[in-house]
Amino acid sequence: MAVVSANTTVMNNVEAVRATLYDALKSDERVCILGEDVGARGNVFLITKDFVGEFGERRIIDTPIAEASIVGIAVGMAMEGLRPVAEIQFADFIYPSFNQIVGEAAKIRYRSNGEYTCPMVIRTPYGGGVRGALSHSVSVEALFYHVPGLKIVAPSFPADVKGLLNAAIDDPDPVLFLEHKKTYRLIKGEVPNGHYTLPLGKANVLKEGTQLSVISYGLYVHWALEAARQLQGEGLSVEVIDLRSIRPMDKTAILQSVEKTRKLLIIHEDNKFGGIGAEISAMVAEEALFHLDAPIRRLCGPDVPAMGYAMPLEEEFMSSPAEMADAMREMVKF
Amino acid sequence: MPTTITMPQLGETVTEGTVAQWLKSVGDSVDKYEDFVEVSTDKVNAGVPSPVTGTIRELLVKEGETVATGTPIAVIDEAGGAPVAAEAPAAAPRADTAPAPQAPSGNGAPASVAESAEIESAARGASPAVRRLAREHHVDIRTIRGTGANGRVTAEDILAAARTTGATTQTAPPPAAPAPSAAPPMVPGASKTSTYAQPIPGTYVTLTQARRIIAERMVESRHTAPHAWSMVEIDVTDVWQWRVREKDRFERETGYRLTLLPFFIRAVVKSLAEFPLMNAKFVAGTGSTQSSIYVNPEMNIGIAIGLPANLVVPVVRHADKLSIKGLAIAAGELIEKARKGKLAVDDLAGGTFTVNNNGANGSWASAPIINAGQAGIVTMEAIVKKLVVRDDDSIAIRQMMNSCLSLDHRVVDGYVASGFLASLKRHLEAMGPQGEL
Repeated sequence: MAVVSANTTVMNNVEAVRATLYDALKSDERVCILGEDVGARGNVFLITKDFVGEFGERRIIDTPIAEASIVGIAVGMAMEGLRPVAEIQFADFIYPSFNQIVGEAAKIRYRSNGEYTCPMVIRTPYGGGVRGALSHSVSVEALFYHVPGLKIVAPSFPADVKGLLNAAIDDPDPVLFLEHKKTYRLIKGEVPNGHYTLPLGKANVLKEGTQLSVISYGLYVHWALEAARQLQGEGLSVEVIDLRSIRPMDKTAILQSVEKTRKLLIIHEDNKFGGIGAEISAMVAEEALFHLDAPIRRLCGPDVPAMGYAMPLEEEFMSSPAEMADAMREMVKF
Repeated sequence: MPTTITMPQLGETVTEGTVAQWLKSVGDSVDKYEDFVEVSTDKVNAGVPSPVTGTIRELLVKEGETVATGTPIAVIDEAGGAPVAAEAPAAAPRADTAPAPQAPSGNGAPASVAESAEIESAARGASPAVRRLAREHHVDIRTIRGTGANGRVTAEDILAAARTTGATTQTAPPPAAPAPSAAPPMVPGASKTSTYAQPIPGTYVTLTQARRIIAERMVESRHTAPHAWSMVEIDVTDVWQWRVREKDRFERETGYRLTLLPFFIRAVVKSLAEFPLMNAKFVAGTGSTQSSIYVNPEMNIGIAIGLPANLVVPVVRHADKLSIKGLAIAAGELIEKARKGKLAVDDLAGGTFTVNNNGANGSWASAPIINAGQAGIVTMEAIVKKLVVRDDDSIAIRQMMNSCLSLDHRVVDGYVASGFLASLKRHLEAMGPQGEL
C-alpha cells in the first residue's frame, strides 16, 4: 500500500477488502468474520491474514467446509445483534447455502413483520479469466438477483470496494458482496483514508459519451472502459457505466444515459439467458422504448454449463476488450 | 401496453353507436375515467370514459361513423411508457380526422419510384426513437435519406433535418403537437403560462381542448376551402318593427327573448331552398375517388355563439321545418345551453350552413371563416339608422344592416353567391310588420 497523499492510499482490491474489514473489526465489536480458512490460514487470498491473532477466535471464526452452516450461523448472529461478515470461499461453493440466503436471510424482515432484521454481509470471490475452470470461475449474481430482500453489490474499483463494503456492513439487511477475483490484484487505485460509505444502488458513470451507453460491472467494466477509450481515438463517443450495485439497480442512471445516447449495450461475464442484462433490457424497453434508436444488445457469457479449464475454452467464454470494441463500433454505426 | 377500446353498449337494446366527436386526438394523453369520445345512439348521447391512463395511439372510427357495439374504436397506450407512434409516418396529417377526405401530404423530396419504395420501407423500419423524434419535430421520415447502416434513418438524421428546416419547428408549437394533459410546455424553455380568460403579457396561454380544436379547424378550413366574400345591405326596418311588436308577448309566453336571429334564419333557409348549392359541401377526391359536391338533404343551421373563452356553433336542426317562433325557441335553448356550458354532442353536430350574428357589438362588416365542411357562412352586422333613397325616390330613415357571406369557391361561384344574397335580402325585406310568428 502506497500513500500518495495525506488523504488517499493506493491499494488493489484485495488490500481494499482487507483494510475495510480490519477497520470494521477495529471500530465495531459487533463485527465478526466466519468462513473457511479465514482464521489461521488468513483466507486463500490472504485477506484476513493475522486477523485471528489480533481479534481472536471468537470474532474470526474458522468453519468446517459447510456453506449452509456458515450462512445459517451468520443469520442467527445477525438476528441477535451482531454484524457478521460471512465468507464463501469461492462463489462456486455458494449453492449449499442457497436456502439460508434465499429462504432465510432475505425473508427475515418480512416474515417477522419487521421485528427482526438480518444485518449480514456474504462476501464471495467470483468470476473467471484466472484459469479457475469449473469450480473457481462462476458468476452467481443472476441466481440471486431475482430475490426480493437481498441486496447484491459487485464493485470493480478499490475505492468502491471500501465505500460499498462499509455500506454493506452498516446495512440493516443482508447484502451479497461479490468480488471479482481477477480484479483482486490487477486493479489498483486511490482509496480515500478514513471511514466512508457509498450508497448501495448507485451506478457510476466512468466515462461520458453521446453515441452509445455501455453498462457493465465487475472485471468487464475495466475492459469496457479500455475499449471505449480506444474508440474515442476513432472519434466514437461511448458512455461507460459501472453498475456497482446489481440490486437495487440504479434505474435512473441507466435511463438517463440511454435517453441521451439512444443505444444500449450491456456487457457481463455471467451467462446471457436470464442474466442481469435481461432485466436491464426489459426495464429499458418498458421505460425508454421511444428513446431507442437501435435494438438493445447484450454481450455476455455463452449459455454453456461452465468455463472450461483449457485456455481456448476460457477465452471462448470470456469477452475480450477487442470483442467489446467491435460490438460498440457496430452499435455506434448502426 | 396498448389497450383496445370497443364501442360500448349504451342501453340494453342498443346494438350500435355513432362516434359523435373525438374529444382526443392521436398523441393526446388521457386520464383514467376521462371522457375521450362522445358517442351517440338513437337513445342517448354520452361521453365514454377511458378505462386507463395513457396516450391515444389510434382512432379507428371516423366521426359520424356508426359501428356495432364491441367494435374496436380506439387504441390507448397505457401510461408508464412514452407515447407510441402510429403506424403511418407521424408527420403526415391523418385524413380520417378531417371532415373531408384529403390526399396524403406530399413527400417533400421528389424521388424515383424505386427510391420511394426504398425510403418507404426505411420509414416502416424506423426505430422507436426515430418515430418519436419525427413526430415531435414534424419531419416526414420518408423524406430523409438515412446515414445509418444500410441507409437506415437514425435519430440524429431526424434531428439534423429538423435543424435545417429552420427554427420554426424548434420554437413554435405546431398545432398537431401531442399535448400532455396537464400544462404542456408550449415552447422549449417557456415556463410562465397564463389562461385565455386572464392572459398575462409575456406568458404563454395554455390552450384548452376547445381552443386547440378551434385553431385546428380554422386553419383547416382556411387552407382547404378557398374563401370568397360578398356583402349586401338589407333594409330591416319592417322586420325590426315586427319583432318589437311581438317581443314582450313572446318573452312572456316562452321565457325566451325574441331577437332578430330567428327571422334571419327563416330568410336564410328560404334562400338556401332556392340555392341548394349553398347548402352543400365539397368532398375532396382521394387516390381512387374523384372530387364531388355533396348537396345536403337537410338544412341544419349553425349559429355561432361567442363565449369568453371560446366559440361554439350549435345547430338548429331542420331549420327549414320550423316557424319563426320555433326557430326562436330552438335558438334560445341552444344559446342558453351554450352559456351554461351544457351543449351536448348532438347540439353541435350536423350543421350544413352557418349564421353568425356579428353586429351586436357594432361590427359593420366582417369576413368570417367557413365552418369546415360547409359551403358558406353568413353574418348579420350591426343595424344602423340611415338616410335611404327609396325606389320611389322618397328619402327615408331606415334601419339598415349589412349581411356578409364567405363562400367556398370550390362549391359555388359569385353567380350563385350573389343570387343567394339577393334572395336573402328579398326575403328579409318582405317580412312585414304584420306577419305571423
